[in-house]
Parts: sequence; C-alpha cells; structure tokens
Amino acid sequence: MQTSVSIKDLSLNFGSVKVLEHLNLDIAKGEFIVLLGPSGCGKSTLLNCIAGLLDVSDGQIFINGKNVTWEEPKDRGIGMVFQSYALYPQMSVERNLSFGLRVAGMPKAEIDQRVKRASEILQIEPLLNRKPANLSGGQRQRVAIGRALVRDVDVFLFDEPLSNLDAKLRSDLRVEIKRLHQRLKNTMIYVTHDQIEALTLADRIAIMKNGVIQQLADPHTIYNKPVNLYVAGFVGSPSMNFIEGTLNGPTFTAADGTAIPVGTYDFVGATSGSTKAILGVRPEHIFVGEAAADMPFKTEAEIEIVEPMGSETLAWTTVAGVSVTFRCSSDIDIHAGDKIQVGFDIARGSLFDAGTEERL
Amino acid sequence: MSQTATMTGPAPDTHTKVESGPRGPRPKPFFTPQKIIIYSILVFFTLYFLFPLYVMLVTSFKTMPEIRFGNIFALPSQISFDAWVKAWTSACTGLTCEGLAPGFWNSVKITIPSTIVSIFIAAVNGYALVNWRFKGSEIFFSILIFGSFIPYQVMLYPLVMITRELGIFGTLQAVILIHTIFGMPILTLLFRNYFASLPQELFKAARVDGAGFWRIFFEIMLPMSLPIFVVALILQVTGIWNDFLFGVVFAGTQNLPMTVQLNNIVNSAQGTPEYNVNMAATVLTGLVPLIIYFVSGKLFVRGVAAGAVKG
Repeated sequence: MQTSVSIKDLSLNFGSVKVLEHLNLDIAKGEFIVLLGPSGCGKSTLLNCIAGLLDVSDGQIFINGKNVTWEEPKDRGIGMVFQSYALYPQMSVERNLSFGLRVAGMPKAEIDQRVKRASEILQIEPLLNRKPANLSGGQRQRVAIGRALVRDVDVFLFDEPLSNLDAKLRSDLRVEIKRLHQRLKNTMIYVTHDQIEALTLADRIAIMKNGVIQQLADPHTIYNKPVNLYVAGFVGSPSMNFIEGTLNGPTFTAADGTAIPVGTYDFVGATSGSTKAILGVRPEHIFVGEAAADMPFKTEAEIEIVEPMGSETLAWTTVAGVSVTFRCSSDIDIHAGDKIQVGFDIARGSLFDAGTEERL
Repeated sequence: MSQTATMTGPAPDTHTKVESGPRGPRPKPFFTPQKIIIYSILVFFTLYFLFPLYVMLVTSFKTMPEIRFGNIFALPSQISFDAWVKAWTSACTGLTCEGLAPGFWNSVKITIPSTIVSIFIAAVNGYALVNWRFKGSEIFFSILIFGSFIPYQVMLYPLVMITRELGIFGTLQAVILIHTIFGMPILTLLFRNYFASLPQELFKAARVDGAGFWRIFFEIMLPMSLPIFVVALILQVTGIWNDFLFGVVFAGTQNLPMTVQLNNIVNSAQGTPEYNVNMAATVLTGLVPLIIYFVSGKLFVRGVAAGAVKG
C-alpha cells in the first residue's frame, strides 16, 4: 500500500493552547479519509496544517513521500474546497477555475483544456460566464470543487464542503463527491461534523476529540466496534443506549439490580473479578415481539413515546431503570402505553470499562 | 393537472363572506401630533443650519454699496459676479494679488498625491495586518492606533526638525509626507476592519491557488474593497483639503494651500473688508469637499457600514 499523506508526530499550539498533540496519521493513495468530530476538536486545524495554511509547532507532514512541512500551499500538490465556497466574487466561473493556473503561468491552451475537462466532469459548462453571485449554493460548491480539480493535484482537501447546503442538496452532492472519488481515484481528506457524511463517504474515518484521534477505522468497525465510550456515543443517530452497572464474569448487573447475561459478547481481552462497566446497545439491536424471544436478554417494557419516521419507528421505553430508545419496522403497530417484550442483541452490543471508558 | 384545476377553482362559501370590522392595512393618518412636532423640529434645525450658507451666497452676489446698506438677509437687487471673479483672480493674499487660483492649484497638488499615497499604504497595512499576521503585528497595530490619539501640536516641532534634516522643509514633498503620516492610523484601522470582515477562506483559497502577497492584494482583495476605498477617499480629500495647520507650517510660501490663502484674504488688515469677495472666496474653497460629499454620499454611508461590521 502506497502512502499518499503521512503525518508524523504533529503538534500545533496557539499560544499555550494545545490544539493538536503528537498526532500520527497515514493515508493510503486513493483513500477517502473523513476526519469526524464535534466543532473545536481540531479537525479543521489538522486539514489547514496539511494544506500549509497553518504553520505547525512540531512534527512533519509528507505528501507523496516528500517532506512538505515547510512548503508553501501551492507546492504541496493539494486542492482545497471550503465550507463557504470561497469563490472570488468579482471573477466569472471560468476565471475562478483558471485563477490558480494563471498564477502558475500555464499556457492559455492548456488552461482552456483543463477548465473544459473540469467543467464537463462537474456539469458546470453552461455557468462558465456567470459570476458566483448568480449561482445557487450547489452550483457554487461545484465550482469550488472544480477549482481544485483543474489543478490536477494528488490530494483533495474538503473542509465541511456541504455544511452550508440544505438537506436535499447535501445528500445529492454527497453522492456526487463519492462518484467523483470513484472516477478520479485521488486521495481525499474530508472534514465534517456530520456522521452521515462520514459513514457514507469514507474508506476510513478518523474520529477526533480534543486534538487526538480516538479511533481510525472503516465505517463498519467504527459503528459496530467503537473503541471507547466517546466514539460509541458520537456515532449513530439516535445514539447508543448506555446502561451503567457491574460486570461479573458473564453477567452484567445494572444499577437497579437487573441481571443481563453477556455470555455471547465478544470480549477484547479477558476480564477478571467484578468491574464497573457500561453496556451499550444500539437502537436497532433491540428487538420487539417474536424476534425478541431469541435474544439472550429480554424483558417486559412499557412504551413511553413513539416517533414514526416513515421508513421506521423510534420508540422510547425504560429498561433496567434507564431510558432506552429502540428502532423497529414501521409495520409494527405500537402505541404509547403498550406493554411489549423487548430483547437485547448482546453479541452486537458494546461493553466499556466505566473508569477508562475503553472497550472491554 | 386536474388537481391544480380544483385548487384554483372558486373558494368555498365560508371564505367569500366578509366579516365586518377592521380588514387590510391599518390606516395611517399623516397629521398626528407626534409627526407635526417631529417635522417642525426638523424644519427648524434645517433652516438654522442652512441660514449662514444662505447669507454667504446672497452676500457674494451683492455689490459693496448694497452690502453697506445693511440688510444682510435680503436677496441681491442685482446679481453681480464681480466678487467671484475677484476672489478667484485678483484678491490680495498677503504680498501678491493673484486671487485664490494659485492656492487652488497648490491644494490640488497637495491633495492628490497625499490621498493616493496614504490610501495605498494604509490599504496594504490593513491587508497585511489581517491576512499576513507576523510576530508582534497586534502590538504594531496598537501603536499605530495610539498614534491617532496624540495631539498634532506635540509632534509639530519634531516634524519640522525631521523635514528640515531631510532637506524637504517648505516644499510640497514635506506637506505630502506629513499628510500621509497623519492619515495612517485612522485609514489603517478602517482598512484592517474592512479586510477582517471579508471571509478568511477567500484568502486561504488564493494561497492554495498559489497567489502571493501582491497578487492576492491586487486581484482578490482590491476588487472587493470599492466601498471602503470611497470612504477613505472622502476622508482624505476633505481632510487634506480643509487642512490649515500643516499647510501653513510645512508647505512653504510658494505652495500655500487654498485654506491658508483664504485666511489671508479674509483677515487682511489693509483697506476696507470686502465682504462679498470674502464670502465668494469662502464658498470657492469649500466647493471641493462639498462636491465630494454630494457625489459620493450614498457610497460613503454604505462603506462606513461595511467597515463597521467587524472590529
């Protein structure tokens, strides 16, 4: 596997504030990496460091095997797309696209050819003579992507490119970015706080918190085997249900005394004695009715709130003294006040140490 | 299609019946007590401020005998342009009697270069302070702003010595230099705030595109800063045109600006005071800032508002 971008021991301080600390990240050629985290976690800062728009305090950045730590942004072989589009307002779309090439002093014929190719790929040919003010949000973002595209770079950097768009356009452009990646096969680094974007686009997701990568893995692993409580709680909507209690051998005892057998759970390492632990179960791993019968843990519960979402139904109930959300088919007819049987699929759940918050 | 047809069809009966009582926009009578008071006060103050201008204009069109008659508010019985011609061409400004015309051209020679140089430097300053932060840039900016609080008089004598040492004391260069220096704090503040209000990502995008300091300044930032340039232009043109102190100290007798020469006309101790010439000369001197305000008033307000968005 060839490495495209490699970040070694990167630190960045703003005065005494440590934004990034000893961060390491290797990104393979052609990989789509998503940096996911809440605002202020340092994901945009990391992207700006890779782009060369921020000077790092310590560490190194390699792009295509070349140490670019001290290079100017233009010499790094990167293209960047910003949240606010950052189109030059006084220039037409065509001149926006060609600005970087004109700065580089490229011959006119080559510029025209590259602008043509990029505008074909992004289907913005009819817009070439318009000013950015006369474009819709989606069109602007396409032009912004085009500006990175014409420069024929190895690495694309996206800084929350879809956050300014409405929900419908966002999902449309999301698919387009994925299609673009499949077509161009460039390395892409994509910053977002939207977990749906992260899960749908990424080859691998890096979940960040306070300048530290918590987990770097493919979306499936991130979702199903979160390494710690933070990742488990951050990914998934509605979020994972957590039940606090004590783990003793194959039995988890919730705070209110409910015993939950966790023998089917796939432990990371051996646990001994009794430990304070947190059991996490995703809403879709709680079953109702007949399906619940096969589950290792089942109990009677009263439905408190029902939220029909169309394709599925979310319901709120209380299990083991904790408020629990579960997801079920919209065909199942449930109402608030119903008493039904719910079953937890413990094998697909997660157990965390209550002290270290690491996965058990 | 059929669905839209039913939508646009006649509304159900319940909606066609109009209930009695208020409907539509609330009527707004014009002559309410508040409005009468507000407008009377406004009209009163407008007249109060316009009256001196009125007196100046009517007096400048009168002949001296008519002025001596004493009725200063009366319209001229016969419009005479003699005072205007004299003020422009032959009124005595100290030792020479060539009118205000030389002073006008001196003021032009001072104002144009001072305005251009000071605005250009301040724009680059503001741009650099926002986008190309360097170690100590905030301190540099604070010192610059502090400069605008120091009274001119304190710096007058040191500046006289500096310009003398430079060998430019009493020349156009000296007065241009002084105007550029004193325009710097306020103009830099103006430009800094304006550039800070532009999206930072635009600057970053240009960096990624490979543009350097000057290229970003000229191709990206300048075309977006017309409003703030208009503000700076108005501030500088009117400020420098109206300046008296620096003109009289630094320009030298050959280059005295219009304001100084106006003073020499109005305050000349010899002969009887020619009020009509004085008034005409004063209006002539004030004409340039006045025209600037009239032409660019709208742009000025827009620019000030734009610059005020972020501090």
